[in-house]
Amino acid sequence: MKYLDIFLVFFKIGLFSFGGGYAMIPLIQSEVLARNWMSSEEIINFIAVSESTPGSFAVNIATYIGSSTGGFPGAIFATLGVILPSFLIIALIQKGYSKFQNSIYVKGAMSGLHPAVIAMIGTAFLSVGETVVKQDFYLSLCCGLLFLLSFFLLKKKLHPIAIIVLCAIAGISIGFIGEQFHFL
Amino acid sequence: MKKYFQLCLTFIKIGLFSFGGGYAMIPLIEKEIVEKNNWIKRDDLLDMIAISESTPGPIAVNLATFIGFQCGGLPGGILATLSVALPSFIIILVLSSILRTSESLKTVQYAFIGIRAGILALILKALISMYQSCPKTTFSYFVIAAAFFAKIIFPALSAIYIIISCGLAGTIHTLLLRNKCIKGGTGQ
Repeated sequence: MKYLDIFLVFFKIGLFSFGGGYAMIPLIQSEVLARNWMSSEEIINFIAVSESTPGSFAVNIATYIGSSTGGFPGAIFATLGVILPSFLIIALIQKGYSKFQNSIYVKGAMSGLHPAVIAMIGTAFLSVGETVVKQDFYLSLCCGLLFLLSFFLLKKKLHPIAIIVLCAIAGISIGFIGEQFHFL
Repeated sequence: MKKYFQLCLTFIKIGLFSFGGGYAMIPLIEKEIVEKNNWIKRDDLLDMIAISESTPGPIAVNLATFIGFQCGGLPGGILATLSVALPSFIIILVLSSILRTSESLKTVQYAFIGIRAGILALILKALISMYQSCPKTTFSYFVIAAAFFAKIIFPALSAIYIIISCGLAGTIHTLLLRNKCIKGGTGQ
């Protein structure tokens, strides 16, 4: 029953995830938080893990949650669950795909989904932003500056993995300096 | 038989080197599928990428399924899909036990405090590029605002309902616009 539940939840997530990793954060939050599989903070931490390992966020988080809630079989059920909708839909449309591409229904749905994806990334931004702002004054201040620096470096085309490594080092420094000077 | 084996190897390789989501792997797919193996023509690949963006699921998985089917029918589709997901499956499985035991360490906690600031910047960048590629119509702005406030005002509402509603709204809006055009056309 547990495995079926894991499979179905990730099937649902796979079926309704449009627009890449960040757009699915609200979707994953609402499904995963409701079942207490992960805390909101753990989900956000996992974004970093997923960015620094190969593979898409959806598949990575499915494998991770699957294995932490149901061991190896859990990981298999979750991962298959999240990739199955993609597989089925592509299997259905791949023969006459130009028909799919030119369908007015598909074009219409996309005209609503694209803005929806923007809104979902927007709410993901807010919920991650909340974890940055809702800390001690010292940490919020340092992280605020780190955010601005990261955004600047991203604009300068620095690789996301480099940003994550840099922020990890900065975070460790911020933490230990804070302890040293009793800010924390 | 050799072709299926080749297909598996190629997609394991693509899955292993696809850091940072689907778009990052497109150049690698182009090299492996179009240039090296000649499985698919470049123009067809572009169509497939466009479709993989508009169907649900990770773009990497969608593309793998698509190319697998085109190269080797149903078995090709299954093998390519499983192959592209295999590397990350193994890596996360190994990492997950390390991650769970290390998350209580102070150093790791501090590292994640810093990393969250970086993730926030990555999300902002994704938000901006997604906005730039969106058609700037009144309807788009309306949907962005409606979906955003729906999620803010009803945090418990699953994002699934918002996504379904937006897809439906887009379809209805497009059909209404088309009907209006057709009617306008015959009236003249």
